[in-house]
Amino acid sequence: MRAPDPNRPTVLWTCAAAVAMFGFGFALVPLYDVLCDVMGIGRDTITAPVDRSGGEIDAARTVRVQFVATNDGTMPWEFRPERFELRVHPGASNGTRFHVRNPAPRTMTAQAIPSVSPAEAAPYFHKTECFCFGQQTLGSGESLDMPLQFIVDAALPEKISTITLSYTLFDVTARVAAR
Amino acid sequence: MAADHHGPAKGIGRWLFTTNHKDIGTMYLWFSFTMFIVGGLFALVIRTELFQPGLQFVKPEFFNQMTTMHGLVMVFGAIMPAWVGLANWMIPLMIGAPDMALPRMNNWSFWILPFAFAMLVATLFSEAGAPNFGWTFYAPLSTAYAPSSVTFFIFGVHLMGMSSIMGAINVIATIINMRAPGMTYMKMPMFVWTWLITAFLLIAVMPVLAGVVTMMLFDIHFGTSFFSAAGGGDPVLFQHVFWFFGHPEVYIMILPAFGVISEVLPTFARKPLFGYTSMVYATASIAFLSFIVWAHHMFTVGMPIAGELFFMYATMLIAVPTGVKVFNWVTTMFRGSLSFETPMLFAIAFIVLFTIGGFSGIMLAMAPLDFQYHDTYFVVAHFHYVLVQGALFSIYCGVYYWLPKWTGHMYDETLSKAHFWLTFIGVNLAFFPMHFVGLAGMPRRIPDYALQFADFNMLSSIGAYVTGFSQLIFLYVVIRCIRGGRPATDRVWEASHGLEWSVPSPAPYHTFAIPPQVR
Repeated sequence: MRAPDPNRPTVLWTCAAAVAMFGFGFALVPLYDVLCDVMGIGRDTITAPVDRSGGEIDAARTVRVQFVATNDGTMPWEFRPERFELRVHPGASNGTRFHVRNPAPRTMTAQAIPSVSPAEAAPYFHKTECFCFGQQTLGSGESLDMPLQFIVDAALPEKISTITLSYTLFDVTARVAAR
Repeated sequence: MAADHHGPAKGIGRWLFTTNHKDIGTMYLWFSFTMFIVGGLFALVIRTELFQPGLQFVKPEFFNQMTTMHGLVMVFGAIMPAWVGLANWMIPLMIGAPDMALPRMNNWSFWILPFAFAMLVATLFSEAGAPNFGWTFYAPLSTAYAPSSVTFFIFGVHLMGMSSIMGAINVIATIINMRAPGMTYMKMPMFVWTWLITAFLLIAVMPVLAGVVTMMLFDIHFGTSFFSAAGGGDPVLFQHVFWFFGHPEVYIMILPAFGVISEVLPTFARKPLFGYTSMVYATASIAFLSFIVWAHHMFTVGMPIAGELFFMYATMLIAVPTGVKVFNWVTTMFRGSLSFETPMLFAIAFIVLFTIGGFSGIMLAMAPLDFQYHDTYFVVAHFHYVLVQGALFSIYCGVYYWLPKWTGHMYDETLSKAHFWLTFIGVNLAFFPMHFVGLAGMPRRIPDYALQFADFNMLSSIGAYVTGFSQLIFLYVVIRCIRGGRPATDRVWEASHGLEWSVPSPAPYHTFAIPPQVR
């Protein structure tokens, strides 16, 4: 009778470890989001309005909020903020608009992706209404004024005096058509 | 016994169907050298273009393909297979095993590689050209903006990853199950120890590499958005997953080097290795730390200050076990009866030059300074010091050390010393000026540069040519050593130590059919 092959268990657990690490690679995708949230590393990917008051209005304090509009790659739309900067009081609700126009000779769909800088300010920047929560479809030559409502939380750390909200506009026409 | 009933088979079938660890080790080493020449030619195209400022020889698009292919071929085609080749040849001989634990899989893991690299290198001749997004293939450059040949690249990486994982499983099974009676873990030679730890790193991170290229494949062909912000993904995620693989990967390339140096120094210093136990623990500590430092490659992505500090301090911590090793090597040589045969020259050069690479690594580890150094030639200088003067020098060191055991002949000492000195001068001439141009702000991966960098770049190019052509001396020395030369004794070196020197030179096709007893 042959002795059991000692390599068998070794091969089994090393293979299992390799498969588990392949899975771990994919688990890094949701883990990345969770870790960012837990550590308060504000990746501003919130896709729905925040239903929260920003605390008492702090009229004594003024925070500059700057707006940046960028197009991704070959996106041909005109895209710009109505105003490049607002001076707001923490806790107060504020509104502004972004203007888009589709100069292309075809109907296109766009998705804006927001990003807040400094990242530390992202958890204190509440968007109550934003065009980035949905997509915009414009025919050739059509234009649109897109609303944004936001509250800067009164709990915003003292050292932050300027927040930049940057939008990148992506062409998702093909992605929407494929769905 | 069946063990000594035949020698090698005749003809090409010997190499295609072999399950002999020595044959497979030899094939790995020749494959690695071939890839080294191919990757070296890519490097010479780069250095030719950079010889003078301005665009002279190649288009910028092709230049990008060259930097990408040079990195991929050298990392995955030259350095890693060379280590697997040395592991195949030496681990069974060093632990007194008759062969690797899984010989058929061994054959398979080698023969996957030529196909993987044929697929990768063939993209150079395709209409789209070869991959051009750098060996780190950051998304979205490697997804949304990639040439169509990226799919070949992805399957190539899948194949070489499978090969590496199978090789690592084989090494682990061999070391755990096939040590000669009496060889406890703490009696294993350092090369075996470092390879065991390397094999664990391979099993832990090669699947993550397979995962990240699979995500790219899905983003490119199946409409997912892992790395596309438009669909809710994040390009920075790519960098995190890639470097979770990428940082342990650099230790996969250097840990076996530590093992080789720890074998060679005691032989030519005629003293036992100083601090064996601390060497083992230092190696394990470096391997563990390699998993928690990956984001030092991406200090500039906009991490919070707490993250920058964590990754900075964790990275600097690696200098402690690495320092333990360097001091142990120096102490091994201290008051030894040194002689300077070619393997020893490579070993001493390794210690000095690898330490320089380690120091520039500490500079890069400082988060506030990294913003200045990031993506400059300083980074290029750093990783060439640890991978060329580090990994490559120790591979040469190991090859010269064990070549008489493999071939049964002594190599030509004069020519091999010429190879060493020309390579030593060449690589330092090529890579040392890169520190200066990097600190002065020359970015990496560009085909043209500002005029003030011209002189140093010309020196680098001359150094690259000297290095490149000196490797032909090595090829000549090896071929001559295979064909003949002064017969080698079984011990080969006066103060050699370990089981591999107890078998005849050249090592017979089958060794240790009866396990030796280790005291």
